Amino acid sequence: MASEGNRRADLEVEARRSRVLGGLRLEAEGARGVAIALLSTVVFVTAVVVAVTQSPGWPEVHRVFFDWHDISSSFPEIARAFVLNVKVFLACEVFILAFALLIAVLRSLPGPVFFPLRALAIIYADLARGVPTILVIALLGFGAPALQLQGVPTSRVFWAGVGLVLIYSGYVAEVYRAGIESVHPSQEAAARSLGLSRVQALRWVILPQAIRRVIPPLLNDFIGLQKDTALVGTLGVVEAFNQSQIDANATFTFGSYLAAAALFVAITIPLARFTDWLVARDRRRRQTAGVLG
Amino acid sequence: MSALVLRGVHKSFGTNEVLRGMDLSLEEHEVVCLIGASGSGKSTLLRCVNLLEPIDAGRIMLHDEEITRRGVDLNAVRRRIGIVFQAFNLFPHMTVLRNVTLAPRNALKLSREEAEARALRLLERFGLADKRDDYPDRLSGGQQQRVAIVRALAMQPQLMLLDEVTSALDPELIAEVLEVIRELAEGGMTMLIATHEMSFARDIANRVCFLHEGRILEEGPPQELFSSPKEPRTRQFLERIIEAGRL
Repeated sequence: MASEGNRRADLEVEARRSRVLGGLRLEAEGARGVAIALLSTVVFVTAVVVAVTQSPGWPEVHRVFFDWHDISSSFPEIARAFVLNVKVFLACEVFILAFALLIAVLRSLPGPVFFPLRALAIIYADLARGVPTILVIALLGFGAPALQLQGVPTSRVFWAGVGLVLIYSGYVAEVYRAGIESVHPSQEAAARSLGLSRVQALRWVILPQAIRRVIPPLLNDFIGLQKDTALVGTLGVVEAFNQSQIDANATFTFGSYLAAAALFVAITIPLARFTDWLVARDRRRRQTAGVLG
Repeated sequence: MSALVLRGVHKSFGTNEVLRGMDLSLEEHEVVCLIGASGSGKSTLLRCVNLLEPIDAGRIMLHDEEITRRGVDLNAVRRRIGIVFQAFNLFPHMTVLRNVTLAPRNALKLSREEAEARALRLLERFGLADKRDDYPDRLSGGQQQRVAIVRALAMQPQLMLLDEVTSALDPELIAEVLEVIRELAEGGMTMLIATHEMSFARDIANRVCFLHEGRILEEGPPQELFSSPKEPRTRQFLERIIEAGRL
C-alpha cells in the first residue's frame, strides 16, 4: 500500500519535473530530436518572415515601426521613464504580498464567529477582481487628490499605486487561498495535536507549505502587475508607455512603442526564469540530504 | 488515580453515530489496545481523546481533570497527550530535527538549545540521529513513522495515542516501528493503541478492548480475549483475522 503510494508520488514528481524543466521538451529525445526541432523552426520562421515582408503594406509598416533610428533614439528617454514603472512595481509588490495574505487568512478562518470577517474578505476579492483596473486607477488617481484632505497624499503616482495594490491583492489573495486549501487537513491536525495554537499552526505549518506551492502563480501575477504599471500613464504621469506615446506623437512613427515593449520584456522574462529557478531549488532541497537545509 | 477515563462518550458525524456511549479507563503505565473492524470507532475515539474532534456527550478525564469541560485550554491539554497517525503527517517542509523541535520550542517555549538537546537524545535513542538534517520525503515509511513517534515524545506527554501506526507501512518496515512502541511500553509509557496487529497486541497490551458499533463489546487481558472470547461477535472478528493470517 505504502509503496503503491510512493510510486504514485514519484510519477507525479516526474510529471511535474518534465513540465518545469522540459518547457522545450528536447532533452529526452537526443540529437535527432534537436535536429528535427531546428529544421522545423527554421522552416516556420522563414515562412513567417517571407509572408510578412512580402505583404503589400510591409514597406510602410517597416518605416513606421521598425526604423532603427527611431527605436534607438527614443530608447534613453523611455528607459529613464521606465524607472518609475519599476519603482511602482516594486513598492506595490511588497504591499500586495502582505495585504493579500491577510485577506486570504481572514477568508480561511473557520467557525461561525469569524463569519463577518470571511464575508468581508469574499466581498473584497469579488469587487477587486470585478472592477477594471483602469477604472480604479482613474477613480483613485483623480478622485482622492481632489478631496484635498489634510495628510492625504496628492501624488497621482501614489494613488495609482494604491489602485494597483487594491486590485492585485484581490487576485493574489485567491492564489494564497488556493495554496492554503491545498495543504491537507491532516497537517493542521498534526500541528494542533502537538499543542500548537491555531496561529502557530498557520505560521509554521500551513502557510510555509501553501506559499511554496503558489510561488509560480504568484510570480505570474507579478508579471501581470509589472505590465499594468503602464496604466499609471493614464493619469498623465510620464512613465515608459506615456513617454513612448509622446515620442510617437512627435515623430509620427511607432518605433518608441517597440523600445518600451523591449524594456517591459527585459523585466518580465527574467522574472519568469526566476520563478522556474525557485521551484527547482525547492525541489532539490527537499530531495537531497540536509546539507542545503 | 486513573491516567485516562472516558464516561459515556458519544460522537456522531452527521447522522452516522460513531461512538455510542464509550466507557474506558486506563491506569498509569498501562498499555491498552483497541481492536475491531474498520469503522468500529477506534480512530474516532483517539481523535476525541486528543480533542481533535469535539464530543457530543459524555466526559473525558485526564488524571482526574475533565478535559471535555467548557472553556478548557485545548492547547494545554494536547501538550500532555501525544498522538501518532497512520499516515505519519510529518511536516514535509522541515528537516527531521525541525519537525521534532517545532512544538517544544513554540508550545513549551523551550530555548532552541534545550529543544534540540531533547530532540537529539530521542533521535539517538531510536536510531535516527543520522537523519536529523533530512527532509521527510528522503526517509522510508518506517523511519518517518519513528520520527513521528519521536516528535510526539519530545513534548514529554503523559499519555500516547497510537492510531494504526503500522497500517500504511510495507510489511518489512512494520517491525522497526513496533520495536519502538515495545520500548516505550517497557519504559512505562501509558498508551492507548488502535491496531490491526493482533500478535503485537497480544504481546504488548495489558488489556485488549474489542470495539463494535461504537462501544466496547468485550475487554480483558490479551491471553483471555484472544483465546476464549465470550461474545460471539468478538469470536467472529478473531476468526476472520485468523483466516487472513494476521494472528
